[in-house]
Amino acid sequence: MANLKTNIGKLEIKNPVMTASGTFGFGTEYEDFIDISRLGGILVKGITGAERQGNPYPRMAETPSGMLNAVGLQNKGIDYFVEHIYPEISKFDTEIIVNVNGGTIEEYIDVASKVEKLNKIKAIELNISCPNVKQGGMVFGTHCPSAVAVTQAVRNAYSKTLMVKLSPNVTNIVDFALAVEEAGADSISLINTLLGMAIDAKTRKPLLSTITGGLSGPAVKPVALRMVWQVAKSVKIPVIGMGGIMNATDAIEFFLAGASAIQVGTANFINPAVTIEILEGINEYLDNNGFSCLSEIVGALDI
Amino acid sequence: MNNIKAKKRVEDFTIIENKRLNKEFFILKLKSAGELPVILPGQFAEVRIDDNPTTFLRRPISIYNVDYSGNTIELLIKIAGDGTKKLSELKDGGILNIVYPLGNSFSKPAGTKVLLIGGGTGVAPMLILGKYMKANWGIEPLFLLGYRSDKLIIEKERFEALGKVYITTEDGSDGYKGFVTQHPILNEPESNFDIIYTCGPEIMMKAIAKKAKELNSACEVSLENLMGCGIGACLCCIVDTKDKGNVNTCTEGPVFNSERLKWQI
Repeated sequence: MANLKTNIGKLEIKNPVMTASGTFGFGTEYEDFIDISRLGGILVKGITGAERQGNPYPRMAETPSGMLNAVGLQNKGIDYFVEHIYPEISKFDTEIIVNVNGGTIEEYIDVASKVEKLNKIKAIELNISCPNVKQGGMVFGTHCPSAVAVTQAVRNAYSKTLMVKLSPNVTNIVDFALAVEEAGADSISLINTLLGMAIDAKTRKPLLSTITGGLSGPAVKPVALRMVWQVAKSVKIPVIGMGGIMNATDAIEFFLAGASAIQVGTANFINPAVTIEILEGINEYLDNNGFSCLSEIVGALDI
Repeated sequence: MNNIKAKKRVEDFTIIENKRLNKEFFILKLKSAGELPVILPGQFAEVRIDDNPTTFLRRPISIYNVDYSGNTIELLIKIAGDGTKKLSELKDGGILNIVYPLGNSFSKPAGTKVLLIGGGTGVAPMLILGKYMKANWGIEPLFLLGYRSDKLIIEKERFEALGKVYITTEDGSDGYKGFVTQHPILNEPESNFDIIYTCGPEIMMKAIAKKAKELNSACEVSLENLMGCGIGACLCCIVDTKDKGNVNTCTEGPVFNSERLKWQI
């Protein structure tokens, strides 16, 4: 059994397997399938200041080796989370991390400040990369000065571990990573979904109500790996890698590219027990290859 | 709705029969290696197709029949695209990975005068519901099953073994010619049912919901929305409700009282 401990900023987690926000609900959806407490952490569904209904149906389209979604941050708002969801999920013996969203900087601060008061939650993930909302989200994450402004503002309002989730829909991901590091991020999560679209030639209509949506799944993995590699060698803070991880081998590739931890997203929809299988597979890989701890393979790409 | 629900699980089933009914429909009979959990009428399974790029996500399929003594379940499937086509080609002895039992179930009616309306592949949950109500609620089901033509009729004798069956076909090749909502059973003075249960194309269910309202009958519809996960995580299969706004079809449904839905009917 190798040492799987890793850190995502100031916060140490017991193993590097986390779940990507928006793919794992609040954890309770997966309780029938796995022991949630075995995971390194869970990133709960993105939360905004006020309740949001999200986008109209249809919100999903299957595409080769992936899927497009256009959920649009449907959630009941931070106050509902604090009152009703947090008490229920506090029982999990794993790091619960809130994915924080907003249409304005003030809304991001409002959510972050309310989460800071929750003892069990030691980190937030600032989502400046949701492609499915008209205001906020990717608007912040694809304009460098805005990314800096929102990161700085939340940094000033939130003292625990601050992860910033970047959008891949930019020309130079490293510029954004360096900018949010400078602005006070403790770690960087990447990638969020890639903006895409799908069309039904028969009906000549888009498959999503919003026309465009976020692409995830194995189709995006090569892009994600490349971005993790570029960013990890440029910043000093930890990088949390995600994008199409379906099994332990995929996860290992992300560690080799420089990720200190990983998040499993779309794979949860196909195999609700996949996170535990990935965790066990990582351990097996380390054991079989003579590594005693995870950190030995982080950024260990043999070039 | 019935709240006594079994834990959801992922399981490899063995295919013991792949029975082609006609050019559109087939039935997969699957055997569990262990003991089946309780499966309620209206619940569904998320079926893994394979690892191919174009059949990446699971497919939600309603459960057609359960046999606890043999630990088998049956899925009635319509060939609609790549995924269901591949399922139709599976051989006996093969393995099928499914996540089940998912979703809620049809509720027990206030009285005993009930009508079960299925359209096309939507007859699937009506068989298991009919069987369940006979065994557990002591109610004799009355079926109204709609098809495009007689060649597409699905296992009529299995429905007849449970209760009276009326058929409609659009081309008049069997039963009453027309749509289910035009059938006399829904257009007579005594057509006031305690509840009408239905599953089928959305346009049909909307017409039935409208009819039920006119007849002052309760109505439960089983939706067939596109789904990602089937377990309430991806928030892709939503339906707009009067009481709670967007809710997941996979966890709040697939069965809804038609009055809850913001349908323009």
